[in-house]
Formats: sequence, C-alpha cells, structure tokens
Amino acid sequence: MEVTILLLALFVLSLFLGVELITKVPPTLHTPLMSGTNAVSGITLVGALLAAGSDTSPLLVNILGFVAVTLATLNVVGGYLVTNRMLSMFKRK
Amino acid sequence: MNPNLVNLVYLIAGVLFILGIKGLTKPKTAVRGNLLSAVGMMVAVIVTLMDSSVVNMTYIVAGVTVGTLIGALMALRIQMTSMPEMVALLNGFGGGASLCIALAEYYSRLGLNATSAADLATPMAVGSSAFGDGFQGTVTLISIALTVLIGALTLTGSAVAFTKLKEIMKNSYGLPGGPIGNGLLLAAALFAVGTVVMDPGNTSAMLMLIGLAFLLGIFLVIPIGGADMPVVIALLNSYSGIAAALAGFILGNTVLIIAGSLVGTSGLILTNIMCVAMNRSLGNVLFGKMAEGGETIDADEIYAGKVTSAQADEVALILETAKRVVIVPGYGMAMAQAQHAVRELANAMEARGTEVEYGIHPVAGRMPGHMNVLLAEAEVPYDKLVEMDKINPTFDDTDVAIVLGANDVVNPMARDVEGSPIYGMPILNVDYAKTVVVIKRSLSPGFAGLPNPLFAMDNTIMVYGDGKKAVIEMTTALNQA
Repeated sequence: MEVTILLLALFVLSLFLGVELITKVPPTLHTPLMSGTNAVSGITLVGALLAAGSDTSPLLVNILGFVAVTLATLNVVGGYLVTNRMLSMFKRK
Repeated sequence: MNPNLVNLVYLIAGVLFILGIKGLTKPKTAVRGNLLSAVGMMVAVIVTLMDSSVVNMTYIVAGVTVGTLIGALMALRIQMTSMPEMVALLNGFGGGASLCIALAEYYSRLGLNATSAADLATPMAVGSSAFGDGFQGTVTLISIALTVLIGALTLTGSAVAFTKLKEIMKNSYGLPGGPIGNGLLLAAALFAVGTVVMDPGNTSAMLMLIGLAFLLGIFLVIPIGGADMPVVIALLNSYSGIAAALAGFILGNTVLIIAGSLVGTSGLILTNIMCVAMNRSLGNVLFGKMAEGGETIDADEIYAGKVTSAQADEVALILETAKRVVIVPGYGMAMAQAQHAVRELANAMEARGTEVEYGIHPVAGRMPGHMNVLLAEAEVPYDKLVEMDKINPTFDDTDVAIVLGANDVVNPMARDVEGSPIYGMPILNVDYAKTVVVIKRSLSPGFAGLPNPLFAMDNTIMVYGDGKKAVIEMTTALNQA
C-alpha cells in the first residue's frame, strides 16, 4: 500500500472528526472559532520552514519560502492572540 | 532527526489541535482550548526546525520576525467591531502561504533556477521521478495545481472581501454574464490545472493558472456585499483550510492534513449555518441576486399613516414597568459602536428588577458570531446571549423587544407573506412582544431592499436617530425615573 493512500485515509477521517467537533461549537463562539481555526491553518508554517530553510534549492524557492513563512507566522501569531483576546471577554455573570 | 520521531510529534500536535477545538465547544473551556492549540503549533514548529534539511536560517528568522510583529500588532490593536476585516485578512494570508508553499515545491522539484522573469515561462525538461513515481507522482501534481488554484483565489478573494468590509469598495461589480463569466473563468483555470498535471514542465501553464486563479478570486467575491458577507467569510475560511490540507498532500505531511481538514470542515459548516439562516442556497448567495419582486411592494402603502414614533424618554416610561425585555442587535449596533451603551441600558433595567436577554440571529452582523463578540466586549454575560430558536418562544411573554440596527432578520414578511422574496427565512418574532421599540435612522429598507411591515404595526414604536445616542438617552431617562 502506498503512503498516499494512508494520507487520504487520514484526510477523510479528519473531515468526519471535524464535522463532529465543529457542530458542537455554540453560535456564541463562532467568531473566535473562525479566528482560532485561522491560527490552526497557520500550520502551513511547517511546510514554509522546509522551503525557506533549504540551502540546496534555487533562490526563487527560498524567496517563496520566505513569503510563506511570513504569511503563516502572521496567521499563527495574529490568530492565536486575537482569539485569546476575544475568548477572555466571554464571561458568565 | 528520525522521521518516525518527527511524525510522532506531529501526531501529538494534531491531537492538541483537536483538543483545542473541543475546548471551543464551551465558553468556560475555550481559553484553555486555544492555549492547547497554540502549544500544538509550537511543538510542530520546533520539531520541523530540527529537520536536517533546514539549514539556512536567514529567510526563516526574517519571515518569523516580520510575521510576528505584524500579527501581534494587528491582534492587539484591532477593534472588536472590525473583527470581520481581521478574519478576512487572516483567511487571505492562509491562502497566500499555501500558494507559496505549492509554488516553492513545484519550482524546487523542477530545479528551475530563475534569474529573470522570463525564466519563469521557460519550458523545462522533467526528470521521470521529479514529482514521484506513478500514482504518487500524479497525486503530488494534482495537489500542487489545486493548492495553487485554491490558495491564489483565497488570497485575492479575501483581499476583495476586506475592501468591501472596510467600505473602501462600495459598489458591486461583476463579470459580464455573471455566473456564466465566472464559470468560463473556472473552466479555464481547471484546464490549466489539467495541463500542469499532464505536462509539469509547461511552466507557462503554471503562470496562467496563477493568473486565472487570482482573477477568479476577485470576480467570485466582487458581486457579493453587505449582509451576504458572513457567507463569503466562512467560505474563504474553509478554502484556506482546504488549501492547507492539499499542501499536506504535496509534502506528505500528516499534521498539515489533519489541521487543514479541521479548518476546511469548520468553514463549510459555518457557511451552511449562514445559508440556512437566510433560507438561501450557497449558489444563490454566490451568484444570485436577492429574488425579484421587491419593487412590487409599495413602501408608502405599508407605512402611510400607520407608523408611530416616539422620543427616547417616552420609551423609558414603557421600560420602567416592563418585567421582561429582549434586545435584538444587528449590524447597526456595530456601526454605531453602541454595544457599551446597550449594556448600560440593560444594567439600568436590571437594577429595577427587569429581566433582560439578547436575541441573536445567526446572520446578524458581518460574520458568524459578530454580535456575540461585541456584546461580550461590553461585558454582557454570555448566558444572556440567546440564539434564535431558544428566544423565539419567549417573545409572547416579553413586554418590550428593542430592535437596534436590525431590519431583515425581524421582517415578519419572511414568515407571513408567501410571495415575498425573503419568504421562508427564519426570523426573530419580535412582533409577538407586547411592545416593539425599533431604533433606526429612518424607514429605509435593509439589505434585502424590502419595506418592513413591523415598523407599521400597532405595537411598534419607532425611535429615529443614532443608535448609541438613543440608547444613552433612554438609560438617562430610566435612571431619573
């Protein structure tokens, strides 16, 4: 069996898990959910690091890697910080 | 570092992301959930930095520094009313990052060492296993091309969404032919995807794909505006996740796939919730106009001689004796920055023993949950923010419903008038309350362009003027009573 098939299985199972999880998030937290998942999608940073940090690759690849690192870091830092800021405002009486 | 160990750590990161989102299912555990998710991110990044192929730290340090500075600045300074703009930008950045990763991987595997722009269009000879052998190679190529497509259109689409939310761009334009124009553009982009997959050395096709995807993003979002924005933002959120998951297939990276698909489903579910709350299909929101028929309903006929208006202090007299009040906020509350004033009014009423709750329509505002965040900022306890299905049965026992800057979501035509363009859209039944107070600048229609019979009902009182000012006046009058 090829690795690709395993990745595909992981993908499909994650989709189902996502549906189960997200439908349980109450509407009141939908904005933090969006900014929080934005932060999670900043996980592209790991791919960006590999592209930016290789020294056997052409310069073009490093530059694309640099842009990707910048954008992904923005997502990670901005996303988690703003989500935290919002969530700490939600209080019970 | 041992690749098995790296993947074990990625698995831990994935589990932390899942626990993080699980935390978001309750306001009480949400802060901790967000923190867990952030720890997962840190673990994944650290283990990646230990990878033996990461040797040149120059670009990494530069990128992380710039990204951290801008990201932190944005996150700490943004106003809560501008949250939709912030999320639109973050969606775009996510798409842009995936786009760059896919392109980096593509050019790196081709071994293209471009020194000038012209080199980017030079056809390349492709080694037989540059993109992997057989099935795996095809999957890699498809993933690259689709990541470029979705990443690029998320980037430009989000940029357009941002300018619309900021009201830099106010008009709606569209391609000639509307959905047909967009369909042709999509077909051309898919053709470019096919060309890249069949002939990866065709670098011009890749450039074409990038350009077409950029255009597609612009023209998909440009005709959509106003109250349909929540759908667009949720959908772009989903795209940014799907792009990340596809990038995971390019790199064979498990944590990218897990995280990307979680984000992708989250955006899709939110998109669906928004569409259901408007009783419209996704296709109708993206390509359709609001149903025709609005012009045939004469606003003058509905309003003539039947609208009662009052001053804020007269409304305060009614609030004085009310036992239960429900406040229904809309985008107008965000525009007027009235959330703190609303909280003050609620305080004044509660001090007199009145029960106050807030009725929140799913599409109130410009993004899912927009009103909740604003009211949370004004320190309204979250258990007072009640969703539509739960608040609707209580309007019969409500003395006063205060509608602040909302219009279409309280239009009884959606419930009662079968031929109306918004018929079937679930609304907040504020008209069932004994008295309805509508705070609004004028009788002008909402996004749907329809007159609202609510304004002319016997139990409705209009208070014209700026939302914040009117609410403050009511509070003052109530406190003096």
